[in-house]
Formats: sequence, C-alpha cells, structure tokens
Amino acid sequence: MGRIGAFLKVGRTEAPERPPAERVADYHEFVGTLPLTELREQAARCMECGVPFCHHGCPLGNLIPDWNDLVYRDRFDEAIQQLHRTNNFPEFTGRLCPAPCEAACVLEINEGNAVSIKQVELAIIDRAWDEGWVVPQPAAQKTGRSVAVVGSGPAGLACAQQLQRAGEDVVVYERDEAAGGLIRFGVPEFKIEKRLVERRVQQLAAEGVEFRFGVNVGVDVTAAELQARHRAVVLATGSRIPRDLPVPGRDLVGIHFAMDYLYDRARAVAGTASGGISAAGKHVVVIGGGDTGADCVGHAHREGAASVTQIELLGTPPPSRPDDLTPWPLWPMKLRTSYALKEGGERQFAISTTHFSGANGTVEAIHWQENTGTPPFELVPGTAESRPAELVLLALGFLGPEVELLDQLQVERDARGNAAAARYLTSADGVFAAGDVRRGQSLIVWAINEGRQCAESVRAWLDAEGRSERPNAFVSIATTGTSE
Amino acid sequence: MRKQGLYDPAFEHDACGVAFVARLDGVRSHETIAQALVALEHMEHRGAAGAEAETGDGAGILVQLPDTFLRSVVDFELPEAGRYGVAVCFLPRSAPRRAELEQLLERTVRAEGQAVLGWRDVPVDRRHAGSQASLFAPTIRQLFVGASSEAGDDPLAFERKLYVIRRVAEREAGPDLVIPSFSARTLVYKGMLTSPQLGRYFTDLADETMTSALALVHSRFSTNTFPSWELAHPYRMIAHNGEINTLRGNVNWIRARESQLASELFGSDSAKLAPIVRPGGSDTAVFDNVLELLVLSGRSLPHALMMMVPEAYGGRADVSDALRGFYRFHECLTEAWDGPAAIAFTDGTLIGATLDRNGLRPGRWLETTDGLVVLASETGVLDIPADRILRKGRLQPGKLFLVDLAQGRIVPDVEAKEEVAARKPYGEWFEREHVRLADLPPRTRAEHRDEPVRLLQLAFGYTQEDMKVMLAPLAVNGEEAIGSMGNDTPLAVLSNRRPLLYSYFKQLFAQVTNPPIDPIREAVVMSVQSLVGSEHNLLAETPAHARQLVIDNPILRDEELESLRQVDSDVFKAHTIDFTWPVAEGVDGLEPALERICAEADAALEEGSNILIVSDRNVGPDRVAMPSLLAVGAIHHHLVRAGTRLQAGLVVESGEPRSVQSVAVLIGYGAAAVNPYLMLATIGQLVDEGRIELDRATAEERALKAVGKGLLKTISKMGISTLSSYCGAQVFEAVGLSNELVDRHFTGTPSRIGGIGTGELAEGALTRHARAYPGNAGELLPVVGLYAWRRDGEHHQWNPETIALLQHAVRGGGRSTYEQFAAAVNDDSARRSTLRGLLRFRTAGDGGIPLDDVEPASEIVKRFSTGAMSLGSLSREAHETLAVAMNRIGGRSNTGEGGEDPERYLDERRSKIKQVASGRFGVNIDYLTNADEIQIKMAQGAKPGEGGQLPGHKVDAYIAGVRFTTPGVGLISPPPHHDIYSIEDLKQLIYDLRCANPGARISVKLVSEVGVGTVAAGVAKCNADHILISGHDGGTGASPISSILHAGVPWEIGLAETQQTLVLNGLRSRVWVQTDGQLKTGRDVVVAALLGADEMGFATAPLIATGCVMMRACHLNTCPVGIATQDPELRRRFTGQPEHVIEFFFHVAEDVREIMASLGIARFEDLVGRVDLLEADGALVHWQTRGIDLSNVLRIPDVPEGTPLRRTEAQVSPILHALDWRLIEAAAPALDDDTPVEATFAVRNVDRTVGGLLSHQVAKRRGRAGLPPGSVRFELRGSAGQSFGAWLAPGIELTLVGDANDYVGKGLSGGVVAVRPPGDAAYRAEENVIVGNTVLYGATSGRAFFRGVAGERFAVRNSGALAVVEGLGDHGCEYMTGGRVVVIGPTGRNFAAGMSGGIAYVLDDDRFAARCNTQLVALEPLEEADEIVVRSLLDEHVARTGSPVADALLADWDPARFTKVIPHDYKRALAVHGEARYSDQPISTGGGGFFTKESEEAA
Repeated sequence: MGRIGAFLKVGRTEAPERPPAERVADYHEFVGTLPLTELREQAARCMECGVPFCHHGCPLGNLIPDWNDLVYRDRFDEAIQQLHRTNNFPEFTGRLCPAPCEAACVLEINEGNAVSIKQVELAIIDRAWDEGWVVPQPAAQKTGRSVAVVGSGPAGLACAQQLQRAGEDVVVYERDEAAGGLIRFGVPEFKIEKRLVERRVQQLAAEGVEFRFGVNVGVDVTAAELQARHRAVVLATGSRIPRDLPVPGRDLVGIHFAMDYLYDRARAVAGTASGGISAAGKHVVVIGGGDTGADCVGHAHREGAASVTQIELLGTPPPSRPDDLTPWPLWPMKLRTSYALKEGGERQFAISTTHFSGANGTVEAIHWQENTGTPPFELVPGTAESRPAELVLLALGFLGPEVELLDQLQVERDARGNAAAARYLTSADGVFAAGDVRRGQSLIVWAINEGRQCAESVRAWLDAEGRSERPNAFVSIATTGTSE
Repeated sequence: MRKQGLYDPAFEHDACGVAFVARLDGVRSHETIAQALVALEHMEHRGAAGAEAETGDGAGILVQLPDTFLRSVVDFELPEAGRYGVAVCFLPRSAPRRAELEQLLERTVRAEGQAVLGWRDVPVDRRHAGSQASLFAPTIRQLFVGASSEAGDDPLAFERKLYVIRRVAEREAGPDLVIPSFSARTLVYKGMLTSPQLGRYFTDLADETMTSALALVHSRFSTNTFPSWELAHPYRMIAHNGEINTLRGNVNWIRARESQLASELFGSDSAKLAPIVRPGGSDTAVFDNVLELLVLSGRSLPHALMMMVPEAYGGRADVSDALRGFYRFHECLTEAWDGPAAIAFTDGTLIGATLDRNGLRPGRWLETTDGLVVLASETGVLDIPADRILRKGRLQPGKLFLVDLAQGRIVPDVEAKEEVAARKPYGEWFEREHVRLADLPPRTRAEHRDEPVRLLQLAFGYTQEDMKVMLAPLAVNGEEAIGSMGNDTPLAVLSNRRPLLYSYFKQLFAQVTNPPIDPIREAVVMSVQSLVGSEHNLLAETPAHARQLVIDNPILRDEELESLRQVDSDVFKAHTIDFTWPVAEGVDGLEPALERICAEADAALEEGSNILIVSDRNVGPDRVAMPSLLAVGAIHHHLVRAGTRLQAGLVVESGEPRSVQSVAVLIGYGAAAVNPYLMLATIGQLVDEGRIELDRATAEERALKAVGKGLLKTISKMGISTLSSYCGAQVFEAVGLSNELVDRHFTGTPSRIGGIGTGELAEGALTRHARAYPGNAGELLPVVGLYAWRRDGEHHQWNPETIALLQHAVRGGGRSTYEQFAAAVNDDSARRSTLRGLLRFRTAGDGGIPLDDVEPASEIVKRFSTGAMSLGSLSREAHETLAVAMNRIGGRSNTGEGGEDPERYLDERRSKIKQVASGRFGVNIDYLTNADEIQIKMAQGAKPGEGGQLPGHKVDAYIAGVRFTTPGVGLISPPPHHDIYSIEDLKQLIYDLRCANPGARISVKLVSEVGVGTVAAGVAKCNADHILISGHDGGTGASPISSILHAGVPWEIGLAETQQTLVLNGLRSRVWVQTDGQLKTGRDVVVAALLGADEMGFATAPLIATGCVMMRACHLNTCPVGIATQDPELRRRFTGQPEHVIEFFFHVAEDVREIMASLGIARFEDLVGRVDLLEADGALVHWQTRGIDLSNVLRIPDVPEGTPLRRTEAQVSPILHALDWRLIEAAAPALDDDTPVEATFAVRNVDRTVGGLLSHQVAKRRGRAGLPPGSVRFELRGSAGQSFGAWLAPGIELTLVGDANDYVGKGLSGGVVAVRPPGDAAYRAEENVIVGNTVLYGATSGRAFFRGVAGERFAVRNSGALAVVEGLGDHGCEYMTGGRVVVIGPTGRNFAAGMSGGIAYVLDDDRFAARCNTQLVALEPLEEADEIVVRSLLDEHVARTGSPVADALLADWDPARFTKVIPHDYKRALAVHGEARYSDQPISTGGGGFFTKESEEAA
C-alpha cells in the first residue's frame, strides 16, 4: 500500500514537458514521465484507500491502487498485468485521458495533491513495451464464430481484441486507410505518436484480428452483406456529426470544422497526403474551448500561424474547484489552461460569435460580443469587437453518430440520436453498438470500457444461441461492473 | 419457558454468591445451619430478582443428612445412619403424574435391590415465596431408601446404588422429575427463592433438631427470570459461582466418552449410567453430573476436581514433578472445564472450594480460634469478632481450599494435591507412553503430485487480497493483519461471491456473564498444546491412557503432517481420508462423498487407526474438494453419534484454510491439528518471488506463530485459555446455513435464520474449481474487494457513490441529494447486503396519515446518538464537532473510552454520554459527575471480546492529559473489565456508577450474538436503565481483520432477540433499548424501532458527513482528512462542521417521518416493538432461494395484550438505603463551609460503594479540585462491602478498621483510603488477607494504604494513585500506567504484565524476578529520589495503619531490599519530558496531570 505517510513527505510532481519554445518546432511528443526512481516515489504517495475513489472515477475501473503499489515496489512486470486486466490500451489512455481518476483521488480533497496516476500508468505501459512484455495473446481455443467490428477507434479496437482473445474470429472494417479512428487522425502526433497506435494495431493483427481498411460499411459493403458474413456485428462508428455555428458569414471559405483540419494535419504529418487545410501564416481563430480546440491551437502554432485566438462561449470558470457545483470527487469545472495555450495564443471566455465577414468569399474577420457567461448567454451591450480571421476552426463538439449505416441496419435511436443499446445489443438482430455511437461523444476511457463490455455481451449472446431464452433485446448477466 | 422466536433457554447464564460454614470438630449443630443462612442473607445483593421483586432467581442449602431430625419427623422405621438414603424429589403438582413418578421411583429402588422405606412431604410455608415462584413451585417430597444387606461396608457402594437408581429413574421420567439430592450423606433444600426466603420457606431449616457440621449455601443470579426451581444451587456435590465457557465441547466430549465408560465399581451397572449429563441442565448441573460420576467411580473429590479444573502449571517452577506429571497424565483423559469458576464442593465430610486458573471469582475464608471455618464470596457475611479469628485468606487461582472434617483441619493445597498426585506414578506413565510429534522422525511426502500452486490457489478461492492483506503480514510481522472501520460487506449468505464455508460461522465471545482473557499479558494461563490419539475409559486409569501424541502447535508444517501420516509405531496408526469428489459427478457428488468419508472413518477405526487425516491433497483437474470444515464437522459428529469419536484424533490437511478464522473453526469443530499446506506453499511462493524479504523458513515460522497467536486471541475472546478445551467446543453461531446442514454436521450450533445447504456448498466448490481447471498457471488471482472496495468486487454499503452522495447532501446538495443517497443505500444491490434489506414495511392500507400529523423531526433526532469513538482514536476537532452537533439537536454524543477534556464539561462540546470501558481511561469522579448517561462498554461490535491498544505515537500531551497518562507511552485496554467477570459484578459496577452520579442514566453496551437477549435480561435485572445492542459491523480504530469480519452477528438478530426476551420476561418496560451498527437512513431507523429499539446510534455515517472517506487507515495515524489522526498537519485538513452532522440527522428524521406517515403512526414511541408492521420482502427472490427464514426475527412474543413493548417506567433505585446518606449528612459542615469533620460508623458487607455518593456530592459542588486535604475524616468499623472507597474525591479520607471485599478504591479520584485490622485481632495482619481482588482498578489519583495482603490484580490499570500494601496475589499492577505502588510483602505471579507506566517498589524476597512479567518493564535498584518516595509513603502507612512491618523497614532502612519496577517506555518518557512535569504529586487533585490548550501550546 504505497509507503505509509509518504503523501505527507513527498509532493505531487507533474509529468515533465518539453519547453513550449522547443516543442512547437517539431511534431514529437512533448510530455514525458519522471525518471523511474522519482516516479516510484510518486506511486508511493498512493494510500491504497479503503474506498479508492480513483478506481471509481476511472471509467475503466483501472485497479489503480494495486498497480501504484506494484510500481512503488518496482514490480512493473506485474503492474502491466494488472493494468491490462482492465485496460487494453494504456499507452493511449496514459497520454490522452484527462484523468478523472486524479480528480477523484482522495489526496485531491486538498486540491492539487492527487497522486500522479496518469503518469504512473504511462510509465508502466511504456516500460512494458520497452521490455518486450507486451506480446500477442492469441486465443488458446477458437470458437469458429465470426464477428464484424465496424470502426477501429478505441471502442472498436478494444472490442475486437477482447473478442479475438476469447476465441472469436474478428474482422474490423475501417473506412480510413489506417486503424485508430480519432486517436490516429484526430489527435495530433505530438500528443501521441502514430507509431504507438500502429504498434498496438499490429498486436491485434498478430492475435488474429483481420483489418479491412478503406471499406466504408453501408457503401462499399451493405449492411445485409455484413450480417450475412458474420454471426454478430459491432458498430463502433463514433459520434462524428460536428456541431455547426449558423451565423452570418458561415459559408465563407476558410471556416472549417476542427476535425477536418486535424485529419488533414495528421495525414500531412504522417506524409500520407499533402495540401489540405493549413494555418501557416494565418490569423487563426479557434471557436470552442475544449480539447479539440486546443489541438487545433497546437497545430496552428507548429504550422507557424500569424496569430492564434481561442474563444469560448461559456464564462471564465473559477480558478479552483467550485465546491458548490462540482465538489470532490466529481470532475471539477474549473479553469484549466491547455498545453497549447502555454505555447502561445490568446484565450477569451464568454464570447458569442455574431458573424464572419470577408472578401472574395473568403473569411477575413470574426465579429463577436461578450456575453453573460451563463445560459442564455445574453449579450453584453457595448462589447462588440472584431478580429482578423483567415482560418476559423469550429471545435464545438459533436451532435451524434452518422445515421446511414444505422438506418440500413434499422437500429433504433435514443432521444439523443445515439444507437439505443442498453446492454450493447441494439434493436437489430445480432447488431451491437459500443463507444461514442452508443453513448455520444466521450472520453477514450469510456470508449475502451464500452468496447470491452460490448465484447462480453456479444459472447454471452453468441453462447445463448439456440437457447429459447435468448431474448431479442438481450440483457446480459455476464457484464461486469457499472458502465455508467 | 420454552424456546420461542429467538429466545432459547439454552443461553441462560447464572452466577451468584456462594458460602459454607463448617465445624472442624465435626460436631453437628443447628447453629451451623443458622449461620449459613445468615451468610446467605448477607449475600442477597449478589443474587437477583426478576420482574417481580419477591421472586428470587434461586437459593439453596446443602447439609449433612440430619439423621436425628429425620427420625423425629417420619412415621416409619429408619435403619441406622448411613444405611438409608434420602431422595429429595421435585414432583409435578398434578396428582396423577406425581403418582406415576412416585411409582416409577419405588419400582426402580426395588429393581435395584434396595428397600422403599417411605415418603415424607417436605413442609413449606408458601407465604415466603414470590407469586411467580409459587405458581411454578413443585411438590417436594423425600423418599427414604434403605440399603440392602449386600451393600457391604463400603459406604460409597450404597451411594453408587442410589446414583444408579436416580439415573435410571431420571432417564425414564424425563424433565418432570427432578431429584436435587439422593444420598445417605447429604440433603439439599433449594428453590426459586430469594436468600432471606429460603429459611422461612422450608420450615425444616428452622427446626432446632436439624443439625449439621457443615452447610453449603448459594444465592443465584440468573440472566433472566423464567421460572426454574431445578436450577437453584447447590447441586448434589457443588455450588458454583461463575460460568463454564467450554460447556458445549465438554458435553460433546462426555457424550463421546459414554460408550467407553466402564467401572469395576459399578460393574454391570455401568451400562445404566448413560447419558451422564441430564439434558436441559445448566453448566453447573452438567459439571455436577460429571464430578459425581468421577467421585462415585473411585476418585477422591480433590482428584476429580484437579482433573476437571486443573491449575495452570506450564512454565512454573513451583510445581512439583509429581504434580506436573499428574496434570500431564490427566490431560490425556479429559480436557479442562474452562471458565470463571469458584466451585464450592462437599461430599458430606470433605468440604472446600476451588478457583479457576485465572482466579476470576472471589472467595474469602476465615478460621476461628474455636474451629469454625467460613468461606464465602465475600468477607463479612458473618459477624465474627476479630479476637476470635485465627487466620483469614482468599481462594487463589487454581488452588484448592480443603476442609476435612474427618481430620478436623484445613488441608493445605499443596498437601492435598501432592497426596492425590502420589496415588499412582502418573508422571512416569506419561513420560513413558506419550509421544511428541517433534520427536518423530521427519518424513517427506511419499506420493508427490505437484499441482501448480496457482491452480490450487484458484481452486481454493484465493484472491490477491488474501496474499497481500492476510498472508504477507502474517509472515512478515508474525501477527495477524490489523484493519479499521467496520465491516460493510454482506453476510456470507447474502454475498454473490460464494464465500468459503468458514465465513458463515461467527465467533462467540464473552460478555458480562464471563470475562474474555488477555492472551498476551496473561500468557501464563494459556496453552495451544494439542493431543491426538485414542482416548480410553474415563473411569479407569492405566499407563495406556497416556498413549497420546503431543503436538505443541496445532498448525502443522508439511513435514510434521508426514511424520504423523507415516507414523511407525505399535500405538499410533494413521489413516488418510480423501474428501475430494469427482468433478464429473457435479453437485450431486457431494452427498455420496460425505457418506463415503464417514464410512471410511468407521472402517479406519475398525482397523485400529487412531489418527484420521482428512485431506484434500487429491484436488486436481478431475477432483474437487468439499469445504474442509464440512468434512471435519461431518466426520466429527458422525463419530460422536456412533460413540467412537474418542478412538481417534482428527487432523486436517487442506488447501483451504489460510486465516486465523479458518483454523479456529476447524479446531472448534473437532480438529486437533491442521496442516494448511497451500497457505504454507503460498508463503513460500511469496518468498520466492521476493514479496516477503525473508527466507522461507523464517517466513513460515512467523506465519505459524502468528496463526497460533491469533488462535489464542480467538479462544481467549470466549474466556477459554487452553486449545484442548476449545477443540470441539463449537463456540460459534452459524448465520445463513440451513438447519438441516447444521443439525447433521454441526450439531448443536445455533443457526437462527436458516440458509444454504450442501447443494449450494457443492456449487461453490465447483465454481471455484472451474476457475482453476482447465487453467493457466500464470493467471492472476482475482481481486475481490473484500477488505477495500473494488468496482467488480464484493458489495460495500459504503462505496464511492454513497459516500460522495452523503457528503454532497450535507454540503449544499440538500434533501434531493439525501434522497439519492438513501435510494443508493436502501435499494437493489444494497438490499441484498443486510438482513433489514430483506424486510419491508406493512404500510397502512388507507394510505397512512398526513405527514403533518407526524411528530416533528426535532423530536425524532433526540433519539439519536453518535457512537463511542474515543478522543485519541479521533482527532480533537472531529470529536468536538460531533459533540457540538449532537448537543445542538438534543441528541447525545459519546466520549468513547478516552475520557473528556474537563474544559468541555460545561459547554456545548460536552459529550452527554460518558463511556466507562475496561481501560477506565479518563474516568474519575469529576468525569462521572458530569455525565447525563454513563455507558459501560462490555463489548465493541468490531472486536467483541478484545481489548485495545493506543500506540504511543498517538498519545500526545493532550491525549495523555485527558487519559491521565504519560505522553508517548502506549496504552492497553484489557479485554475484560476487571471488575466484571460475572453478571453480579456488573450489578455492582452499575451500583458504583449510580453512586458516582445518581442523576445519570446507566447504559450497558452489548454486542449482538446468540444469547445476547438473556444477557440483556440479566442487565435489566442489574438495574441498568439503558441497553445498547450493537451490530457486529460497528467500526473500530484498529482490530485484527478476523475480528472485524468474523465475530458477532447483525443487530437485527440481536435486537429482535433482546426485545423478545425482555418482553417475555416482563423486563422491557424498565429499560431503554438502543441499537447501532451501520445505520444510515430513515428506513434503517424505522426497522430498528419496529424490532424494538427506542433509540439509535450512528457512527460511520456522521463521520462521513464530516468528511471521512473510509480510508480505513485509522490505525496508521495517516487519516488524510484529519479525523482519525493526531498528526497536527493532518488535523488541519479537517473541514467537518457541526452543521454537516446536524443536516444529516435531520434528513434522516424527515425520512423517518415519511415512513411513519405511510405506516399511519404519528408518534415515534408507538413504532417501538411493532414487529407486526414488518414482513419479509417476497419480491427479493435471491434470499428465498438461499433458504433464509426470518420468521424468528419477526416473531411476536407470546404475551398478553397490553404488555409494554417499550420503556414505560423507571428502575427502582438501589441506593435509597446506602450508608453514604449518613456520611453525607455527617460531612455537611465540610461540604457547606469547609469545616473539617471526623466521625465513626459501623459498616458491613452489605454496605457497598462506601464513599461513592459522598464523592459525587464533593465533585458536584467543588469540581475536580474537591475539598481541601483532610476535610472529611471518617473511620468505619467492620467488614466493608464491595467497592469500598470507590471514586473517592479529594479531601475525603476513609479509614476502615476491619477488612474489605473486592474493588477497594475503584477509580480512586484523589481521596485517601486506609484499611487495617482491629487492634484486638488474633492474627498477624501481614499474613492475612485484608482486601479482596482488583483493588484500585482505574484509580486516577489519591492514596491507599493496606495493612495486610490483597488479592489478585492489585492496582490494575492504576494511572495515578499511590499505594502501600503488605502482599498481593497474581497479576499485580497489571496494565498500570501511572502512580506508585509499594509492596512490602510477597507478590504473586505475573506482576507488572502490560504495565506501561508508573513505578512499583517491591520488597524483594529473591523470588520476585521470577514472578515478574518483564515484557514491558525493567527491574532496577532504587535511586535516591525513589528512596524519598518510598520512605514518605511508608511513613504515611505507619501513621494511618500502625503497620509494624513498615515501621521495622523504616527503622532498619536498607534500600537494597527493594526492587524498582519501571516500564521501559515510561522511563524513556520521563527522560524526555522531565521528572517534574509528569511525576505524580504526593497529593494529586485528580487533574494534576491535565494539560489545557494553553499548556499544550506552551509545550
């Protein structure tokens, strides 16, 4: 259980980052982990709580106290076993997860003191890869059943890996040219280098998962064909319809959805495509204060934008955890400054975009006015302002999944437009859904968790084949834990 | 009264006062009888009356057969004395049945060849019995039986014949016929009477011609009032004060021995003796049954008693070889009958008494110059002038006090024992015949099939937590792991995890009616030795009886087991029984497997095996193991039933046991030794993997030692000191097992809510097996979240969701968040985790009443208390927050056992409930005077039967100040209250506390276990006002994990049992009943009320409201939220506010109101006991499928309409006639205007707690400073009752001229006590006992001087008093933390055990070092400063008592004659902090060591 009382003597240390001035000059990752001796001291701070809120705060239910202790005791080989028990892709989450576990850490009751869980996680998996401990784990026995997974984001990959290891034959259909979904194309290289994604994909392939890239299910393969080929189908197609900003001037050239920009940049960095949307030399305005927005800002810096401004509709959050709104152990709605803003650029809160203007059909300026910061965001008189804007990126989140395939499969939707699948089985026979397509846009940890649990449901459903009690809307008894 | 609902008469306890009077010259007189009756009357306060004051629990007398008298009252001829016997018969009042039984008796007498001489009606005066007693009074007749001429000259031959007649008739008649005595030597009169009634009810006793040279009397206190004339004492040979803890095992073993019984003396009659034990008897009755058999079959009375109640002889140099040999030999014949016991015995010529090895009951004797010997539970029961007293003494642990009227003298213990020990060469026999396991050649396993450890671990349900939380600490620390907070996981039967069978068994523990033992500090009485082999005829003695294999530690290594298995001897033969079954047979394979192993056991015995090894070594891909406990229970009870159990010892070889609990249960159900091979292999694996940084041998050694220690702790919880007595004693309650399963394989174990059977056990075994096979030896073990919550693991009521919701609800979330919290606690999965979750309300059909009609929440919250959490376990901030909150809402907070800062007494930080626990920390007259309620903590839900320890690092200056101890020095709370070994002791403590504060209500805290209802009834009869029934799941600051998980049962069962028993007894109306244990919501409160609780206690929930996050790190002092820590840095992190707690309680109360409205009940008091408003929730199918039956919990007691179900009246105050009222009157000038007073009073043993009420007056008026020194000087003459000088406040000086009973100077709070013999005493004071046991218990300051010898446990837990004594018994200065004790006479054994502070100065007779327990203390010469202390105390001793011994020492002063006994830690603390600051002042004011906030800051 860590070292008794260590949290009183050792302070929290954040993961080391390369200096902003240095990192904006390249596309390599900029966040590292502490040297192992220091890292183990960080792990020693874990108190192995009687009620580990971190473990509850983690959507995956990572056994955080257990592997913290193992790291403290320098048993990385076991730590990775524990970590992989709940998390197929710790190298993804250790880089990309916002770490609700740390927000829920008991030490975080004193804000800013949480155990550096995310860093420990990352150190475990990076070391495991380095040491060669991560190897393919093909199933000992095969069931001979075939399952299709549509989409190769974290939900699809997790589901595929779980099913394959359990003995099913999994085929992953991916419309893009490589696997990983948003992790591959949405998240910048400097947050996760794509070789790491590919390395994991290769593990799946070595375990027997078959990947079919460039296949757009519903177009290249019809839903009916898919169902005919496979005993079950898992939809993990994400929640990819972006929210738009319908203000005057929206049609001007130079206003893009953030994800289009990020995909273009990802391909450019990977060298698989050139051209596309670029921020180089431009006045860039990013609308939306979230992670996607930050990634746009980060890319814009690296491209050499003339200026970068990020604006957010909501007002400035409080600087520290607001106990009346989001008390511990909830995720605190507080002011956070993204890595990208540390690299430069300007940020403004409580901004309502009123319109864009430009010449020759190309955007040149954005016009905004301050608002009250809270719904219904009434405009504050006398605050109208304009800024030059040659590239406007809309990072306003996602509305829901693309519907064509769902419609083809006749999958019922819930009130928010997501695939309705209480226990991962949809209304369509043998069709399951996992990840953002089922729960709406969310965190990578939720995606992996959904993929894992969906795999359990698929297996239980397949096992019940031929039994009279196999229900249409299957309620799995085998799923573990609480998924929401 | 018969068993109904949860009430079962089998759990009645009794205890009492006992006395005898004997004339050494053997001259029979009526005076002897009259004196005995006087003595009896003077012990009335030790007995009890039930709901009706005139009906006693029982009183009786045994006399020599009064030949002259009997001749004068019968109208038929009697043969010469000795040639006839008298059967005293309790007969039914129904004439036809009576006639049948009389004919049966006559027929039997004739059939046995004796003569029926005639019947006599015993005259009684019915006016002298209570109405209840009269209602059930039997017709009492005496049957006179003449000896046949064949009987010959052996007087015992005729006694044997009478015994046979009795056994035969009793067996045939059943319970209707009771024969209190049937002898040619003795005669018994007894009944359900009070002590004064006995002599009046039986008019015979007043007849001057009724004479005897000895008389044995007894006054009984039973824990309930169900009428029984039979259970009064004396029995045929004994009267008993105490309780036999090992009874169930003793009875089982006796039953097992019956088939082998053969006595030459009984000849062909031997076959008529069984069953030896009359069904339905009390522990005393059973003991009497066995003793009688042993004596009649040829052993002397001392011999038989030495077999049944052996003294602790291990490791003692003062026991002769012959005697040691005697004990060793007899251990092979029978296990000890263990428990607190003062047993007075007689056969009509010998009369005497003996005391259990722990010395846990009082007994005082005196011999007069004219040959009268008086022994009684108390001194002073007869008025005997000092100049007639030749000598005085007390019963001593394990010693015989023997009076032989034939020889006309008191036979010294050593002489009597040596004579018995010399009868046969017992020692030689033992040495020659026994074999030690350690001496057998080591063996390795013959057939070796190496199943991978990981697969076995999976198959036996090992988890990662087992490794980390249980096993690693065992091996690393040599101690069982410690945890904190309560258990909030489901009962085994409600868990979805399929727990191992062990976890369905809940350890029983001693509370009130017998004391638990401290196995560490009192190791001298403990033993884990185990014997294996066949036993032989109990009634004979031959060398062959000693052919036993002696095992020093019952947990066997693999090599040791192999030595057993491959034993090569003509005496021992081992047979291994495989208790696995083929997986292919599935669930259905278990039953045949059970039948097979029993049959195999039979066959093995037939072939002469005497060691049966039950083994699951064959587990593998194709074979699955049944629970090892099931295998043991099945074979044990099968063999008991077959009468062959004693032909072999049972040894377990299993992969399943891995904890103290698992080994304890196996031994408790009959295993003599256990080889937990997988546990050992796993420890080896942990070593190999580098997880334990020890070598294999050391790790294994430590783990075995740790389990051994844990076992001692487990058995000592029940007050049992030897493992051989624990073996088969079944001191467990099963929770969640079907009656069918229990009746068959765990026969006699209480199981009250039904549960699973063999089918579910088989499924569990198969499920575990399936995890392992087919399997992967590299697979990780599961994490099950039993000790700490895990998402996919065991359900915890406190989980991230409920904790966060509760905290948010009281921090702005409001009612709606509370409702989410309550829903999370009450619903669905949560409802599967508690018994109350299985119940539902019968809501009113008409929709109930409007919410507005229900009494307001502000009234309901007054019924709430917070739990007893000490200042010390909690930080000051947390403790005060709870107190302030409770005071603001009119509820009550509890100090816990750590005292209270006097600064808080008068402001809103005061705790209304002041707890008095075994450590008595912080308890003085000032503390008690400032209480609204005084709570005696008998047990704690998380660790019932155990003491506690506050490590030195938690004892800062403030904590030490509040507890009157020394900073930095660890503090030990003993497992028992050393003034409560028995129910009448509790009555005395309640009396003491009433005196200390007549206005406070007195509460007794009990923990739910089977029989708690009868204990509660006893407590109500002890005059308590309030009874708390705690659930097993209560919290703790630190306890061994096995205690947190495996001791006690849920409050639902205990509360229901208590309510039913109190209502049936007519006692419910006099007491408030409270319950606690993981209460969280309004629903919990209403269920508790309906089951019978007037009030509710909460501990964890309010702590969580203040910020607790269930870290379970209370024992580490690292609580990150500043609650359970004394670290100043962490305390600063505490953010809880009283408002948080207040808001929680109001949410709960509003929740209660809504339920009340739906039930149609407006006033809370009308909920109490309305069990008819509850029903089992039929919608929850899971529990029905597991066979749970709650009908006993929901049973409505069978009482007349209108019987009160809640408290409706006050107890009658017992202090109205106390001597103290006269003392207070005499002290008025001092109390009113500081005018010193002096006066003299007569005192006798019925005057108890002299000085207590007076001290209360002083504290009330003058606070802790008390009166100026010497303000009140009273002299008392006579024999004072118990607790003389208790709580004595500063300024009061009591000098007793005479002697005193137990508990002198209890809680001494600054006053001065002196006791000296009268000037005309005929004996030498320094050689005679002057004060009883447990003197100065918990004294905090003041001085005490005793010119004479004190009993056991002198100055136990003294924390500040200064004392001089001229000799003392065993365990002197135990657990002392402060003060100075000067001993100028011999000391007993185990001096200074657990002494962590203070200093003792002992006059060294060269034997002292061997008698001192040096675990914690150093022995040093006196320094100059010490000499000053000792000399000044001796000066005062001379001045106050006139002691010639002290005078001589001073006159011829030589400091080298003294040894200084000082605890290491205390010495260190003195060195660090300086003598001046922490030394005890010669005259302390009861608060001298106290540090205020200012002084702490200054420090």
